[in-house]
Amino acid sequence: MRITLGPFNRVEGDLEVHLDLDSAGEVQDARVNSPLFRGFENILIGRAPADALAIVPRICGICSVAQSAAAASALADAMGLTPAPNGVLARNLIQATENLADHLTHFYLFFMPDFARAAYAERSWYPAMADRFAAVKGSAAEEVLPARANFLKMMGFLAGKWPHSLALQPGGSTRAMSAAERIRILALLRDFRAFLEGRLLGDRLEAVSALPSEDALAAWAAGRPGDFPAFLAAAADLGLETLGQGSGCFMSYGAYGLFPAGTWCAGTEASPLDPGRISEDTCHAWLADGDALHPTRGETLVDAEKPDAYTWCKAPRYGGTALEVGALARQLVGAQPLLRDLVLRHGGSVTARVTARMIELATILPAMESWVRELAPGEPFCTHGPQTDEAEGAGLVEAARGSLGHWIAIRRGRIARYQIVAPTTWNFSPRDREGRPGPLEQALVGLPAGEGAPPLVQHVVRSFDPCMVCTVH
Amino acid sequence: MISIVWLQSGGCGGCTQSLLCAEPRPLFAELRDAGIEFVWHPALSVESGSEALAVLEACASGERHFDILCVEGAMLRGPGGSGKFHLMSGDGRPLTAWVDRLARRARWVFAIGSCSAFGGFSAATPGNPLEASGLQYEGDEAGGLLGDQFRSAAGLPVVNIAGCPVHPGWVVDTLEKVALEGLALEDLDEFRRPLLYAEELVHHGCPRNEYYEFKASALKTSDLGCLMENLGCKGTQAHADCNLRPWNGSGSCLRGGYACISCTEPGFEAPGHPFQETPKLAGIPIGLPTDMPKAWFVALAALSKSATPKRVRDNAVEDHPVIRPAVRKTGLK
Repeated sequence: MRITLGPFNRVEGDLEVHLDLDSAGEVQDARVNSPLFRGFENILIGRAPADALAIVPRICGICSVAQSAAAASALADAMGLTPAPNGVLARNLIQATENLADHLTHFYLFFMPDFARAAYAERSWYPAMADRFAAVKGSAAEEVLPARANFLKMMGFLAGKWPHSLALQPGGSTRAMSAAERIRILALLRDFRAFLEGRLLGDRLEAVSALPSEDALAAWAAGRPGDFPAFLAAAADLGLETLGQGSGCFMSYGAYGLFPAGTWCAGTEASPLDPGRISEDTCHAWLADGDALHPTRGETLVDAEKPDAYTWCKAPRYGGTALEVGALARQLVGAQPLLRDLVLRHGGSVTARVTARMIELATILPAMESWVRELAPGEPFCTHGPQTDEAEGAGLVEAARGSLGHWIAIRRGRIARYQIVAPTTWNFSPRDREGRPGPLEQALVGLPAGEGAPPLVQHVVRSFDPCMVCTVH
Repeated sequence: MISIVWLQSGGCGGCTQSLLCAEPRPLFAELRDAGIEFVWHPALSVESGSEALAVLEACASGERHFDILCVEGAMLRGPGGSGKFHLMSGDGRPLTAWVDRLARRARWVFAIGSCSAFGGFSAATPGNPLEASGLQYEGDEAGGLLGDQFRSAAGLPVVNIAGCPVHPGWVVDTLEKVALEGLALEDLDEFRRPLLYAEELVHHGCPRNEYYEFKASALKTSDLGCLMENLGCKGTQAHADCNLRPWNGSGSCLRGGYACISCTEPGFEAPGHPFQETPKLAGIPIGLPTDMPKAWFVALAALSKSATPKRVRDNAVEDHPVIRPAVRKTGLK
């Protein structure tokens, strides 16, 4: 039996999931459809190179500055420009603000409301969870919105506004911080720390990021007040630490100088990243068919009537492998002990993905505090260089949801080719021409679904924190 | 209660993300207490899949009452009029068909953001292969998905809360105006944007005002000077209160150090020149301030340039002030 789930909401953008069920009602095969096509890669062709900085943020309302950062990096690469040290710090702060705000939005507004579903009414944890996390009406929403809005005031200082800032430039940032502003953004970070420690985690950030193993995490969480410990209790009851395993291989482009670039598969050592091994396949997308191509040669040509296609999303592969990207991948490539332990014991799972975001909140906020201290008011925030008329460049950054790559080719002073591979393009990839499914398509196999099934499919899909507007762009 | 059905189509979802930053009170509590509720919102509601489709179908068929249809994102009518560039998940009908049915049941229809107002970036691919439009405009031409003659049940055309993204306050204020006393044609400007925010110019309250006065212009990104002469700023022509009502606490595009690209105006996405460069004719910017005769602008610019204080002239081309305002004994009490 085939069932179709959609509109799959509380993700960013549009998602449809087709599931083939066996007689026991378990998923045999999953096909993921990204049903919206806008064609940003084609919008960019013919524009002045720097126009990418104004255009690409509009790909995504939730990863807007990650898109800016990728474009700025690709342009800097094409121009051979090195950003000013203050500009690097400002870019880190702007990207980290979006990254952490996204982790917060995902947890409270997109992911947790599923635990308030009536399907769980018999569970011991249900009354408290329903009261706290019910969509729109739960008590958490009332606290998290001001915490998020106040944290995003970082953007008011550093980036003018969020989303859709033009502050990130190839040479750094348009917005120098004054000595007074440096003090004021430190105060904003302190405010956000208080929310994370007081409501979300129930402990000092440094204590959470130091947890070394699954056993230590369980002991730490037992009976502890806080929204993440409450999730862990419900997740353990539902066995979410074993559900939703993707391809088992992970990739990160590296971020902030804190997290390394590379790939990692369970049971092996991490390998250095080789961007030359990335390709995109259009076999099952409503796009003109052809060989799988590296993004420096990629095309985006619509073929809306193509038989056997079931999505607008291309299938990115790394040396032919479907990789999972995101906070969990970043931390696994970086050998974070707790997450390596969780994944080596049970595989990449719902619990591991959520825990990885919490570890990032606990790890990155203290780093932000030190970046602000390193800012040197009075020193330049931006370097400048001549426009190049003939050049190519790549910008590989980490968005909240994982690895984001932009590849630009400039001819006669205009953009001749622009290709984008976004995090959810990896995670929600369709099958490739060899028939290999994408990470989510693998993660859904074996789950109960259909009439009367518990909402486990909902947890698994949202555990990836999909961003569908980026996926196809 | 005023109830809202919200749909997203050819856009980025950024207007919702911006809206969630509403201040001073948390968005959900503020709307609730002002008598406004969501029937369904794709990013926020618990109902998913068939439950969500059932809610939308009940609203579209008239079985369930709702007041305001909010649409975020452009209407993708292609390819070949099929609407296949965005089919409703789990349903297979074009989003444009859902919007059309719901709009005819709504008392008010709000375009949230420049995409659903005028087409926005989805309409920016040369030749517009997506056949993208706004709800009632295609760029600055009336028409769009619903047609020029469309009026919602309250007798109004589509209300265009344009911006890329919208400021959260523009949406909250307009919703609360409806809840408080309704909305009339006189509350909208020529492009049917609420005057609540569109009766100002981005220039009003610009923190670079002193540089503008003296035509002390920035030469490169990150300079403190006025961005109009060289770096593409359209704040003197763009309708919005961005510098009177800050973004994210204390920001705006100008406060962030970059040009206003007039994102509340139809067609802003394809200005015909690089966004961060000012097009000029004989050295004079083509886009002069709204309401300002060209000859006077040129004469005043020449005069003010000749009168520019050294402090303003020097600071204009730095990313932080290198000369502080002089401190004098003024005798002021």
